[in-house]
Amino acid sequence: MARVLVAMSGGVDSSVAAALVKEAGHEAAGVTLKLWGGAQDSGCCSVSDVEDARRVAANLDLDHYVWNLTEEFEQRIVEPYVEAYANGSTPNPCIECNRTMKWGTLLERALALGFDAIATGHHARIVATKNGPRLGRGEDSAKDQSYVLGILGEFELERTLLPVGNMSKAEVRDRAGALGFRTATKADSQDLCFVASGDREVFLGARISRRKGKFVDTAGNVIGEHSGIDGFTIGQRRGLGIALGERAFVVDIDSTTDAVVLGTRSDLLRQSQGFASASFLDGKPDSNRVVLVQTRAHGAAAEATVNREEVAWNQPQQRVAPGQSLVFYDGDVVLGSAIAT
Amino acid sequence: MGSDQPFGIYLDNAASTPMRVEAVDAMTPFLSETFGNPSGGHRASAEAKKAVEAARELVAEILGAAPDEVVFTGGGSEADNLAVKGAAWARRSGGLDGVVVSGIEHKAVLAAAHRLESEGCRIVEVGATESGVIDLAELRDAIDQTTAVVSVMLVNNETGIIQPLNAVADIVRELAPNAVLHTDAVQAPQWLDVKTAANECALVSLSGHKFGGPKGVGVLVVRKGTKLVPLIEGGGHEWSLRAGTHNVAGIVAFAEALRITTANRAAECARIAGLRDHLEQGLRQAIPDLLVNGNPESRVPGLLHVSFFGLEAEVLLVALDQRGVFAASGSACSSGAVDPSHVLAAMGMPRERALAAIRFSLGYRTTQSEIDAAMPIIVQCVEQLRAAA
Repeated sequence: MARVLVAMSGGVDSSVAAALVKEAGHEAAGVTLKLWGGAQDSGCCSVSDVEDARRVAANLDLDHYVWNLTEEFEQRIVEPYVEAYANGSTPNPCIECNRTMKWGTLLERALALGFDAIATGHHARIVATKNGPRLGRGEDSAKDQSYVLGILGEFELERTLLPVGNMSKAEVRDRAGALGFRTATKADSQDLCFVASGDREVFLGARISRRKGKFVDTAGNVIGEHSGIDGFTIGQRRGLGIALGERAFVVDIDSTTDAVVLGTRSDLLRQSQGFASASFLDGKPDSNRVVLVQTRAHGAAAEATVNREEVAWNQPQQRVAPGQSLVFYDGDVVLGSAIAT
Repeated sequence: MGSDQPFGIYLDNAASTPMRVEAVDAMTPFLSETFGNPSGGHRASAEAKKAVEAARELVAEILGAAPDEVVFTGGGSEADNLAVKGAAWARRSGGLDGVVVSGIEHKAVLAAAHRLESEGCRIVEVGATESGVIDLAELRDAIDQTTAVVSVMLVNNETGIIQPLNAVADIVRELAPNAVLHTDAVQAPQWLDVKTAANECALVSLSGHKFGGPKGVGVLVVRKGTKLVPLIEGGGHEWSLRAGTHNVAGIVAFAEALRITTANRAAECARIAGLRDHLEQGLRQAIPDLLVNGNPESRVPGLLHVSFFGLEAEVLLVALDQRGVFAASGSACSSGAVDPSHVLAAMGMPRERALAAIRFSLGYRTTQSEIDAAMPIIVQCVEQLRAAA
């Protein structure tokens, strides 16, 4: 038996996670992090979600607390997010939130309070290996969240429970229903808690002054005008407002000239992908070892070998927007992560 | 954890108090036996009406008001809203559009003021000094002939600091003769004679559960000649200032709790101040860098507001809760999260000290043995978290 602090977002997954922690015989308490209190309080951290989490904790007879981390979230997640877009890169704030808020502040506070571990409702598994605990993909491949947890190191994994990682989403909902949780039929949370879907430009526009720039083709010819590079991500094809004759994609963003380069899908394909800030749990894989590399939350992983500062793809892959995470796998087990350059 | 100790040491009496036994006994007959609607025309109603009016007379006498100056409301926040909005609305037609409040007011007053601002009123929030009292020089600058409402609380709910209400009243009379002075006295009855402390205020808010009465019952004293526009309209209850069937049991219990509180006040203040001082000295001895917030001379007896430097209050509160000591920090918002305190910010307190601030509030039921038991727990929690930091 351990003392476990369950991060309860008010969603169905963490509700069931809390139930499972208690069922396993652990001494559990719940905490809800209030991360975002802005006008667009639309996602995973609104007051009604706090109430849902509190109600589930009460159903389970668990102590429940709320920590107000809105200022820290603003400084450490939202501001860097805005700055990254302003500089033409594509941040992944959910991964940064996992690193700095959940497995940062939350875990630190839990340990200081005498808890042995934290638990969350993420769909991923902690796998025992001869080298220690490692992160594995969740049972429900459609809901697998190992990508956004790829930054977890051994210290964090030793102090983490992911109780719903062995369940499908349908099983989680059934379980929540059987337990009588009001969260059983709640919709899945959006990808980003502080920006309503489709409103990224509105959100950014309220925080940074946007500079107009040119659309250019791959040959450098100006083919139009756009209202700011922060509206674009490499690989984007929707909302460009321009026709090329064939389907157009953003293939590059130049923050020095504010140019957005449009091209075709084939212009996006690369033999290799640079990265920085790499971290591997068991050291960087040998350069002749074929591993799997995933470059987005809901994308498939592709085979590659890993050199010092770049991934060499076995088959050409779409260019990854700078700032996005690369997560390296051996089969279903995470080897480490890095940031695309 | 929490479940194996159903109740611990309750040091959050500024948030709510246990009901006094006498108040429970007083209200019980009105829940099921004498249940009539006091507004009705038969004998079942007459009994209920009699109880409401007897309660009103008792409350009026204790507060130094006439019975028809006592308006029962659904709690302290409603009383504050009726006072601030009602008085401002009643004065708009006369061209008065200034609403001046202290920056350390309860959220009920601040939110009412902000609503009025959205309706076109000019709002000024007057700051406080480091000692925790309203800045009177700033108040002088903030008010004038066009000020409609001035709202300054009697006792601050976070720090327990008593506000210089008589000085405020003098300034308002001198500079803003057209203004109505409201005081939120919700935190006061356990510690002060509201009759004398708020005798110059046209509007006085009280809340039952802060002094051993029930939740959901409040009073707004509305001195004769003070025009208000109601928030809730309907059947003309409470001189058309607050429609709605009377909460008979709650009103009866409110009055009884206020009566007992007032009768016992001198003795309880002395006893509780002794406990509070004992707690403060004990903590200071074990934690030499303990910081007491606000001027200790101006505190009500039950309040100990301190900062444990380098700690985050919301973490310390969890540690204390896990050990069965119930305290608070800031003013809890409805989500239960600790919002950065607007009161401490208005006092100019550095952010780190404000985030490390905890309120221990003692009440009539707090005992010496509880304080003796709480003290080592608080010290151990502080030491544990400091060691982990």
